[in-house]
Amino acid sequence: MDDSASMKTPHKLVAASTLLAALVLVLPYCGPLFAALFPQLERPVYTQESFAWLLLQHSLLAGASSLVAVVVGTVVGVAVTHRDGLQFKPVVQSVVAIGQAIPPVAVLALAVPIVGFGEVPALIALGLYGLLPVVQGTIGGLQTVPAAQLCAASALGLSPRQTLAYVEIPMALPVWLSGVRTSVIINISTAAIASTVGAKTLGSPIIVGLSGFNTAYVLQGAVLVALLAVVVDLAFERLAERVALKA
Amino acid sequence: MHLPQRWNPVLLVLAALLLLALAGLPFLRVAPNRLVSGQVVEFWDVLAGPTWLLAVSPFALFFAGFARQSRALLALVLAISAVLVVGLLGLAAHHAQITAQIESSIARVSFGAAFWSAAVLSALIASDTLQRLRATPLQKAATGIGVVLLVCVMLASGWCDSLSIMKEYANRADGFAAVVARHVQIVGLAMGFTLAIGLPLGWAAHAHAKVSSVAFPVLNVVQTIPSIALFGLLMAPLALLAANWPALGAAGISGVGMAPAVIALTLYGLLPVVRGTLAGLQQVSIAQMNAARALGLKPWQVLRHVGLPLALPVVLGGVRTAAVAAVGLAAVTALIGAGGLGSIMFEGLFSNAQDVVLLGVLPIVAMGVLVDALFRALISLAVRQARPHG
Repeated sequence: MDDSASMKTPHKLVAASTLLAALVLVLPYCGPLFAALFPQLERPVYTQESFAWLLLQHSLLAGASSLVAVVVGTVVGVAVTHRDGLQFKPVVQSVVAIGQAIPPVAVLALAVPIVGFGEVPALIALGLYGLLPVVQGTIGGLQTVPAAQLCAASALGLSPRQTLAYVEIPMALPVWLSGVRTSVIINISTAAIASTVGAKTLGSPIIVGLSGFNTAYVLQGAVLVALLAVVVDLAFERLAERVALKA
Repeated sequence: MHLPQRWNPVLLVLAALLLLALAGLPFLRVAPNRLVSGQVVEFWDVLAGPTWLLAVSPFALFFAGFARQSRALLALVLAISAVLVVGLLGLAAHHAQITAQIESSIARVSFGAAFWSAAVLSALIASDTLQRLRATPLQKAATGIGVVLLVCVMLASGWCDSLSIMKEYANRADGFAAVVARHVQIVGLAMGFTLAIGLPLGWAAHAHAKVSSVAFPVLNVVQTIPSIALFGLLMAPLALLAANWPALGAAGISGVGMAPAVIALTLYGLLPVVRGTLAGLQQVSIAQMNAARALGLKPWQVLRHVGLPLALPVVLGGVRTAAVAAVGLAAVTALIGAGGLGSIMFEGLFSNAQDVVLLGVLPIVAMGVLVDALFRALISLAVRQARPHG
């Protein structure tokens, strides 16, 4: 095993985040490079906003919507797998199944007429869409808990609340985490497209570049968005490894 | 034998939400023309003559939630909720016809939040009731197709033509089929390439551990990259290729349009297909393969008669994930000039015309749900094939 594929996750994470930070700082000074690559362009580097600010905005938008999605999605997932909520599980599951057949960009487009352009429709669309994988992960994770374990817990005299805290949640954690990971990665991706509805994110250079035939802008935005997604995904990979180690 | 439940909390909650939506949200918006934003019309204002039955049905559903859930009651609930889905559309269309006659033919009638919420909630009630009736997949599909057919008949008969969204459709009727065809073409081409590369790659990953240790990290990274970024990353190299080799440019390869769209969608589809193929082949037990070999089957016969049929359901699961995602991702390819339904959606978005957005989005959603249902049906068929006596 000598190829890069076998490189350890922490090393990859450090490498990717260093690269992202370096590019954010260095790209504004790369004018000559992009001018050489794309000689026909008058302005070869995106300067309307700084890349660092766009990265921050992008992270805030994706982070805030993911937080809402994770909290609400987990509560819903736990509620429909216990006692009185069980009856609601089929309905919630069909909402999740049908909802995921709807592309995120459609949710974004439909939110605009209701709340107008800007950050708000993006936040709503991302939050709503991010819910689905979290609910799915929570339900899926709780279903992996064997019935025998639940029996053992109640035989030990644990209350339903204690069973949830000490038995179900630890066992459901890996599957739940993969649902959260999917949700966050989708939200990073949709946040990039959210620049079409007026949110300022790392997608902005791409959209401005596409409408103005400036391939250099597109490339700069694309590299940064891609790296951000890879860094976050690697961070989740690291987290998943730790959770697996504990379990 | 299951005793009927004493009451139905799910129906109660959904019907209560239905009533709240109809009472508190705008049912329709009516504007004197396309450019100005409209005035709100409530559900209760739209009712006239025999349509009051539609207003009674949410109450009926709500009170049905308190009753003993016998099969007869559940069948009635199913019928009411199905009628409600179709009836709400009919009611909205009827109001649009009246508006066109009384006010002016350029008046615009658009759906409000109450319409959408009520339609979705009615559909959910219908789906939950089917579940409670223990309907077979065939019965569920028949119910769904029945409702969709009724809606199609209403659209085809011209009953809905006064609605704003249908007017936007009429404006684009000539090119609409071509746009849908382009969307299908992008998805179809990408899925074709995905299968042509993904299935052999999945098989190779099963046969050689080295292949899987190289392929999966790469495909995982590709999957992580946001769609719009992947289009962007493909643009520059493709544009350079086309500029340097005019033959490629003449063949339709360029930085924008179909080429980057199909390449990106193919790349996205590879991970689920390869993963599905590998998982499908892995779950065929060594004992099963050995038994086939012991019967004297040649290696290709083992794959053809044992490996493939047993792996097929899982492989199809991967293809389903890829295909549903491709339908949605194809919408984004409109940003790089590939066309398709996304172009209508973004046109509406940039000109702030809600009905144009809907005209693009609704067919995409319908296509996604259709592809999903199609593959679910194929998968259950494949499962039955694999276990003929199960």
